[in-house]
Amino acid sequence: MAAPSIDPMHQFQIAPIGSEALAASPFQFTNSALWMLIVLAVILIFMWGGTRRQLVPGRWQAAVEMLTGFVDNITRSSIGKDGRKYLPWVFTAFVFILVANWIGAMPFAIVGPHPFTVTSHFSVTGMMSIISFAIVLGVGFWKHGLGFFSLFVPHGTPAVMKVLIAPVEFISFLVRPFSLGLRPFIAMFAGHVLLEVFGNFVVQGLNAGGPMGYGIGLLAFVFVIFVNALELLVGAIQAFVFALLTALYINDAVNLH
Amino acid sequence: MELSSAQVIGAGIAAIGVGAAAAGVGYVFGSFLQGALRNPGAAGGQTGTLYIGFAAAELLGLMAFAVAMIILYAPPA
Repeated sequence: MAAPSIDPMHQFQIAPIGSEALAASPFQFTNSALWMLIVLAVILIFMWGGTRRQLVPGRWQAAVEMLTGFVDNITRSSIGKDGRKYLPWVFTAFVFILVANWIGAMPFAIVGPHPFTVTSHFSVTGMMSIISFAIVLGVGFWKHGLGFFSLFVPHGTPAVMKVLIAPVEFISFLVRPFSLGLRPFIAMFAGHVLLEVFGNFVVQGLNAGGPMGYGIGLLAFVFVIFVNALELLVGAIQAFVFALLTALYINDAVNLH
Repeated sequence: MELSSAQVIGAGIAAIGVGAAAAGVGYVFGSFLQGALRNPGAAGGQTGTLYIGFAAAELLGLMAFAVAMIILYAPPA
């Protein structure tokens, strides 16, 4: 008996939700949009619960203050005293990626709906990196005018090296939006493919039965637990890296170098 | 050779890059730990730099994975 083939790509499919008439219309409501709204709801509830301005902060407010303080620290340490102005976008990106990554890793499937990781699509993370670079370019040209192009020539470069370094810096700048958006997307994508494949090993091992089948099923189950824990860590790190790199790129635009 | 088997072999070869990136990420954290143990006072301020190095090394591994996936799931021509 051949084992059923594993299809790790099925979980990333974007499908319209609702009646067939709605699905046929141009105004589709997809599972991606639904989970994006759920992410938004979670963020809103979390922030509302913690911003009631109590004189003595409770646990909830302390948690929110820790989060805002953490992101504020990122912008302040990488951009300097002007960092506050760019906090709204950095905070938005950080919290959205963090919550979307974590909600996608939650085992809601035990009770019914399969969670959909909205950040596992390049259309989402790529759009966020385009917004980041719109801010970088806008701020750079607004503050420095055409002097913004001196970003491609580091200070104190000898005249001979300037000719060599400027194209390299320019290419490096062009690649940044792609690498910024690719990173959170592929990290989530890879993690969920891994989870799907090893989750299937558990099912197939139990179906095969016998000491060999149960043994492999148990091993795969333990592995899935560890990968899930790792996935939570990776989700947090990727959100942090996106926020940190966005802040650094904005710093380049604000202060040149 | 069957085209589909060539596809699977190609995806496997492309996945070698993931292992190379693993070595790179390990080197980043290992070097940080080495420096941090010698001068623990300066370690706290360098976590941002640590994660930038981690992100740069990790990105190439993720790209190798993406290439492997694209080869593996490309429609057989």
